Amino acid sequence: MPNAQTTEGLPFDPLLPVESLTGAQSLVRSLEAVGVEVVFGIPGGAILPAYDPLMDSPHVRHILVRHEQGAGHAAEGYAVATGKVGVCMATSGPGATNLVTPIADANMDSVPMVAITGQVGAAAIGTDAFQEADITGITIPITKHNYLVTDPADIPRVISEAFHLASTGRPGPVLVDVAKSALTARTSFTWPASVDLPGYRPVTRPHGKQVKEAARMIAAAQRPVLYVGGGVIKADASSELLALADLTGIPAVTTLMARGALPDSHANNLGMPGMHGTVAAVTALQKSDLLITLGARFDDRVTGLLSSFAPEAKVIHADIDPAEIGKNRAVDVPIVGDAKLVIAELTTALEAEFERGRADISAWVAQTHGWRETYPLGYADSDDGTLAPQHVIARIGEIAGPDAIYVAGVGQHQMWSAQFVKYEKPRTWLNSGGLGTMGYAVPAAMGAKVGKPDTVVWAIDGDGCFQMTNQELATCTLNQIPVKIAIINNSSLGMVRQWQTLFYSERYSNTDLNSGDHHGTHAAPIPDFVKLAEAYGCVGLRCDKPEDVDATIEKAMAINDVPVVVDFRVHRDAMVWPMVEAGVSNDAIQYARGVSPTWDREEEGDNESGPEKVIS
Amino acid sequence: MSQHTLSVLVENRPGVLMRVTSLFARRNFNIHSLTVGPTERSEISRMTIVVDVESQPLEQVTKQLNKLINVLKIVELEDESSVQRELLLVKVRADASVRGEVVDTVVLFRAHVVDVSPDAVTVEATGSPEKLAALLRVLEPFGIRELVQSGSVALARGGRSISDRALRSA
Repeated sequence: MPNAQTTEGLPFDPLLPVESLTGAQSLVRSLEAVGVEVVFGIPGGAILPAYDPLMDSPHVRHILVRHEQGAGHAAEGYAVATGKVGVCMATSGPGATNLVTPIADANMDSVPMVAITGQVGAAAIGTDAFQEADITGITIPITKHNYLVTDPADIPRVISEAFHLASTGRPGPVLVDVAKSALTARTSFTWPASVDLPGYRPVTRPHGKQVKEAARMIAAAQRPVLYVGGGVIKADASSELLALADLTGIPAVTTLMARGALPDSHANNLGMPGMHGTVAAVTALQKSDLLITLGARFDDRVTGLLSSFAPEAKVIHADIDPAEIGKNRAVDVPIVGDAKLVIAELTTALEAEFERGRADISAWVAQTHGWRETYPLGYADSDDGTLAPQHVIARIGEIAGPDAIYVAGVGQHQMWSAQFVKYEKPRTWLNSGGLGTMGYAVPAAMGAKVGKPDTVVWAIDGDGCFQMTNQELATCTLNQIPVKIAIINNSSLGMVRQWQTLFYSERYSNTDLNSGDHHGTHAAPIPDFVKLAEAYGCVGLRCDKPEDVDATIEKAMAINDVPVVVDFRVHRDAMVWPMVEAGVSNDAIQYARGVSPTWDREEEGDNESGPEKVIS
Repeated sequence: MSQHTLSVLVENRPGVLMRVTSLFARRNFNIHSLTVGPTERSEISRMTIVVDVESQPLEQVTKQLNKLINVLKIVELEDESSVQRELLLVKVRADASVRGEVVDTVVLFRAHVVDVSPDAVTVEATGSPEKLAALLRVLEPFGIRELVQSGSVALARGGRSISDRALRSA
């Protein structure tokens, strides 16, 4: 212990009681007591008192961002990369409302996050005071819970509860709004020994009877599939999942939120299911007779037209949130519990169950492998010598390897990153899955790098997404957070453009960003991403030839003192395939434009036909 | 569409009503009526919520309600095993010529006249929604000037208390 006291005269140990201090000091003490290492935020009028003691905290590092949205996504990136609670801080009114998008994002993707906002003084609440916004009212639908604190004596209890709520059960965002008057008033500090929340008792241990019933169904199933969702990563259950997959030999699909939960190199991993999933993953679910659903939620992007999803399958659904079970799909065996415990107990139960016998699934497994071999993920190089975006992303994945962390924005580049980077470990793939927040990548990568400073962090971003939050490059440079950013620059809002190509007769309404090689209305690309990067103190690189891709990535990999931004000028007409159109059955999956897999022939044993030419 | 009565124990804190109603709105559930008031314990309030749903979504309603941190306990009250009452205040046009007839009706329904003026009486009635609807049908021909109705409040029959159980497990 360097000092017995902090510069403010408080005991160095944040768990010790303090007889008299300000509410602001109590707030910072509470953050210290709960173990916060880093806060992303921006000060302003109402939160100002809290920033004074924060400056002297020997335990908490504050990183000054350039926009509150950046603070929120950085907290998310930190949380997903580390498994700890991410913390962001903002002032009242616009500071707080700028956090709304990342809070909603964290809520959809079950990210443990605590957002702390200043509020106008208690006496001014409700008077339309300067920078007043009812942020607790605004965020009720998008938080796990929220608090408005007007009595400084409540601060330690509320912070303790907020972190407990954010990190236990189904994780999620909790907002704590603290009135300025509570920050400036004097109070005392005692860190509560435990939380008392009579209305909050998440069930973590699964019901033994349900687990046994699930084991019986699995032993009897002829075409089972492990449908693995983000809950497995949240629960740090990857090693348990691997044991289950190895024991049973059952084919697995890993959803967008679960990429890395099971190694992509695993013999029975069929890849990602859903709208842009692999043919093997989508088809295995459709033809399955038993879905073993682990921490997944039957999202519409996975199921396609719900009424036609996996029509022959019985469903085992394990989730820590009972409200997810039966929400979209009727369930045969519900299991409420933490995925780590559920999978471990299920594996034990299956060992016993298999002793008594088991259906032969070898033909089924071989069939799923056949689909995987016949319909691999693929793309065509463009015929005009320009870069194929998929090639760029695949090469980043291969060069940076499975130990790096990959963070995507939302759109085509996100889907290609989910498809063409091979994930071997949990918490190496970060993206905005549920809310689909463009602009997530740069700040989330920043947060991930802060949480994992010794890990290479690549943001794989689109030119549209990048322009929504790139101001955080300043934060990265100034705080020595050397992230690497690949802009997959097709000069378009690419996914929207893809839909316009497919569904709107190639009428490209407002999707031309004029930011790359395909500039139409303006003579030069706007902005020049290399100059923009340099303006922010980053290294800016550009690559527009296939033969330069590897050298450019290697160059970026070699720079570890400042952030690197690479402007990859890619072909504009590349599309994400396979694709299931929105609202149609997954049976109608297209492997490439106008190319559907040929099931009937294949089921007759004709596996030799192979894929038709892939049109990227 | 069927109606179900939920008795919901919640922590008596500011904003809890908004959390509950906001949940119903955003999950696209329909509230038929909602009442909230104090209970035998000062720290707990009780809501009686009548919802219009089929039984499958009802399970979603209760599961989602249970996720609210301030919600302590939810019980569905079946018609046969619970007592459900609403309060009705109705102002009926009644001058001296028909006042006697109106009062007779009120007595038949075991309701009370709580205010009289030269051209109207105000009637207070409690009962099941069916009884109050029947009373209104009979009063309607006299002319209804104004009426107000509470939502249902309800308790399970028998000696047990759900708040005891809610707190015991706390």
